[in-house]
Amino acid sequence: MMLDFSVVPPYAGVLLNGLLWTLLITALATTIATVCGILFALILLYAPLVLRWPVRFICFLIMGTPLLLQLFLVYYGLSQVGVNLPAFWTGVAALGLHYAVYNAQIMRTAILGVDPGQTEASRALGFGRLATLRHFILPQALLVATPQLGNNTLILLKDTALLSVIGITELVLSSQLSISRTFRPFEFYLTIAALYYVINLGMEWVLRRLARRLEAIK
Amino acid sequence: MTTQTQPMVLLKGIRKHFGSHEVLKGIDLTVERGKIVSIIGPSGSGKSTLLRSINMLEPPNAGEIWLNGELVNQPLTGRAYETHINAVRQKMGKVFQQFNLFPHLTALQNLTIGPIKLKGVSPAEAKVQAMELLAKVGLADKADAYPARLSGGQKQRVAIARALAMRPQVMLFDEATSALDPELVDEVNLVMKQLAAEQMTMLIVTHEMNFAAEVSDWVLFMEDGLVVEQGPPEQVLKNPVMARTQSFLRKHLAS
Repeated sequence: MMLDFSVVPPYAGVLLNGLLWTLLITALATTIATVCGILFALILLYAPLVLRWPVRFICFLIMGTPLLLQLFLVYYGLSQVGVNLPAFWTGVAALGLHYAVYNAQIMRTAILGVDPGQTEASRALGFGRLATLRHFILPQALLVATPQLGNNTLILLKDTALLSVIGITELVLSSQLSISRTFRPFEFYLTIAALYYVINLGMEWVLRRLARRLEAIK
Repeated sequence: MTTQTQPMVLLKGIRKHFGSHEVLKGIDLTVERGKIVSIIGPSGSGKSTLLRSINMLEPPNAGEIWLNGELVNQPLTGRAYETHINAVRQKMGKVFQQFNLFPHLTALQNLTIGPIKLKGVSPAEAKVQAMELLAKVGLADKADAYPARLSGGQKQRVAIARALAMRPQVMLFDEATSALDPELVDEVNLVMKQLAAEQMTMLIVTHEMNFAAEVSDWVLFMEDGLVVEQGPPEQVLKNPVMARTQSFLRKHLAS
């Protein structure tokens, strides 16, 4: 098999567009996954049962099925019952919530892992329950959980590819569109593989810097 | 009644039980302003629980706690209780055996976060006051260090400074030097003696009889949730009346 990468540059614009969508989806879904992950963890730990049970149920639903199936169900299923949501936001929300469930488990463990002496010291100074959580427990739990949350973000980046099935022109679908014009699959697949590696390396670099900051307080 | 005539801390009939186990069986104590009271006794005698009940980390089941004429354990619930107890706790500095510094904050930030968030002190002013306190405990050069970079003795000195940053009316020390290597005990004791010289009202739970003898105005010997004997240190520590106190001290001074 002869590879001829000269077919790629004419489609640079298409791939770049796909790259930008992939980055945007990763950023938005990671934000949802982190914020909802923390929220779910707090609900699972501290909220009254009426809130805890729905969140437990969401976790059960999401952990039990593949993300791909969830995307089909949410996007096509909702349109079946007359709810037509934009594919982009449906995809971002589904991806974000999927990872929120896993992040919630990480955060829950991290919060429980904070030394009870921290709560005592904070309460003894005169901080209330919420202020204690906000100023002392959550920051420490987040620091401990950062490497694992970061790992999930690395996995999430790759799962953005699944959004191609609901028509989002992220990297994978962009490459497929280019392939359908040129009939040169491997040149394009290898090119976007390289792009994924570059993003990955960038994210790993950020994570390593965060981990080093973490070392200072351990 | 003026505040001058009121005791700083007044305990009346404090009782506490965990399940069926009674840890405190009715403790009375009066601590006048500027006085230093040491609480000694064997492990499990209830002395730490007593100290923890004073700032309601361990709310007592019965009895009254008064701080400078204010009832600490008011029969409040919910939000009203939270507001009340948070305000009262700001007036009581607590020092823990395990230091419990906030590891994600620098030494300086450990001191400033309370005044800034709880008392509305401006960050600039809080920093000036915190630096004074760090200098006082001999750690001005460690202001930007995280607790992980400090020795045990340094951690405890920062913890004392953190409590002082709230400008408390009374300081509660719960075995402040028990977790320290022997050679680090003195630096913490020195800071406590300095506070004593400044007329800070202090309640000290300790295993160090020599230190208690040196700084205390009054010593309480507790066992089994009861005060067995109390009085000035010359009496309780040097010439105890009760047989139980005598045997406890014999063991402790021998070791």
